[in-house]
Amino acid sequence: MSEPRPTGELKHTPLHALHVRLGGRMVPFAGYDMPVQYSSGIMKEHLHTRAAAGLFDVSHMGQIALRPSSGRIADAARALETLLPADISGLAVGRQRYTMFTNDGGGILDDLMVSNQGEQLILVVNAARKVFDETHLRSHLSAVCTVEPLLDRALVALQGPAAEAVLETLAPEVSALRFMDVRAVTLLGAACFVSRSGYTGEDGFEISVPANVAEPLCNALLRHPAVAPIGLGARDSLRLEAGLCLYGADLDETTTPVEAALDWTIGKARRPGGERSGGFPGAEIIPRQLGGVTRQRVGLRPEGRAPVRAGAPLFRNEDDAAPVGVVTSGGFAVSLNVPVAMGYVPPDAAAPGTRVFTEIRGKRLGLIVSKLPFVPARYKHR
Amino acid sequence: MLRFTKDHEWLRMEGNIATVGITPFAQEKLGDLVFVELPNVGAAFDKGAVAATVESVKAAADVYAPVAGEVTAVNEGLVEQPGLVNAEPTGDGWLFKMKPADPAEVDALLDEKAYDALTSAA
Repeated sequence: MSEPRPTGELKHTPLHALHVRLGGRMVPFAGYDMPVQYSSGIMKEHLHTRAAAGLFDVSHMGQIALRPSSGRIADAARALETLLPADISGLAVGRQRYTMFTNDGGGILDDLMVSNQGEQLILVVNAARKVFDETHLRSHLSAVCTVEPLLDRALVALQGPAAEAVLETLAPEVSALRFMDVRAVTLLGAACFVSRSGYTGEDGFEISVPANVAEPLCNALLRHPAVAPIGLGARDSLRLEAGLCLYGADLDETTTPVEAALDWTIGKARRPGGERSGGFPGAEIIPRQLGGVTRQRVGLRPEGRAPVRAGAPLFRNEDDAAPVGVVTSGGFAVSLNVPVAMGYVPPDAAAPGTRVFTEIRGKRLGLIVSKLPFVPARYKHR
Repeated sequence: MLRFTKDHEWLRMEGNIATVGITPFAQEKLGDLVFVELPNVGAAFDKGAVAATVESVKAAADVYAPVAGEVTAVNEGLVEQPGLVNAEPTGDGWLFKMKPADPAEVDALLDEKAYDALTSAA
């Protein structure tokens, strides 16, 4: 059997000791030593999250505060809008929005969450991009905002149908939050920010907690029988079933928000004819793409049992020599017990039901273009 | 008696037929298997050639022929239940049977003691 890669010099999150104590199998991820799974394994962790509640350490992600020098949050919102196509000025206090930093070609520099917390905007960015993002924000927004990475905070996610009942035992007010609401909440006496969001397709919460309270908080959550610790392996299989993108795989500097089927994140106010139309990197390209693109992200269901992994070529016809697309994420949908994938195909192959082909180990294999998500989202909208 | 390769395959001789699988160490390292691609019966492999593929939720790994020989049977049960490799890696989770071309190659494989020393060092 072929060997996995060796590890290097790695950073620790504030929950590293807990992972080791819980039997986490530690692997390098974005420069951190992180648990890919615990002793029960990826499949059980995945199913547990969909059935009860999973606890994820996502402290490797970047948390960045933008504070307007003027004291007016609208100034920070307008400034941030120069770097991304979302409507941030229209983001109410206590609300969060998914968006992406774009480049002049319309490509995606990173995808992120932005929340309006009244005095400040809080950004949650990808671990592998946080140094870049911080520099990017400083170089463009320093005249208007201070850019402060929140280095003394951990980030944990509690996801699944039991998440609300569990977190309520520590802070009853969280049950009033709807999907993408954000609120300052005191947990174990510590000042936390809680958002009703996640990366699994389930109802749940993401909790920004002072680093020194992260482990006591996790211990308190893990005392509930409904809660199990979940590693990065199940985090990836859960997000793939939910049709959610992974930066560096499904999104990169060469893919645009429209190609990635994330056009819904482009605010009406930022579109042609909107009150703050354009004014973001790629504004010459992205609005034009709303009328049509040459490739787009789709869901794919491989025929048979073999997983089709990222990088696999996609062919329009079974005997074509030249690929027309590529798989960007692929694996196994544990809840559905079938392989699933996402990838980019031309518009004429993007309709659900279209059959395309890949090649695995020298053999052609059919895949059916499918609607996303593979597993319906269970967000609490009201 | 089980024989082992340094690449974490095991082999058990019964008469002149060898049963082949991956070791408990290997299945533990891979995690939950979701797919096993088996060779065709009758296929001939050189020692060290890729004879099967096992895939977990996260990763795919090649399984090498521990010795040269011809495949005489495959474990069809794994098509529907790849998790058998995790549950019983040296039992019902066997991958394929083969007829070794050269019995001396079997004798040259690691014994359990040597394999345990290899994996406890890893």
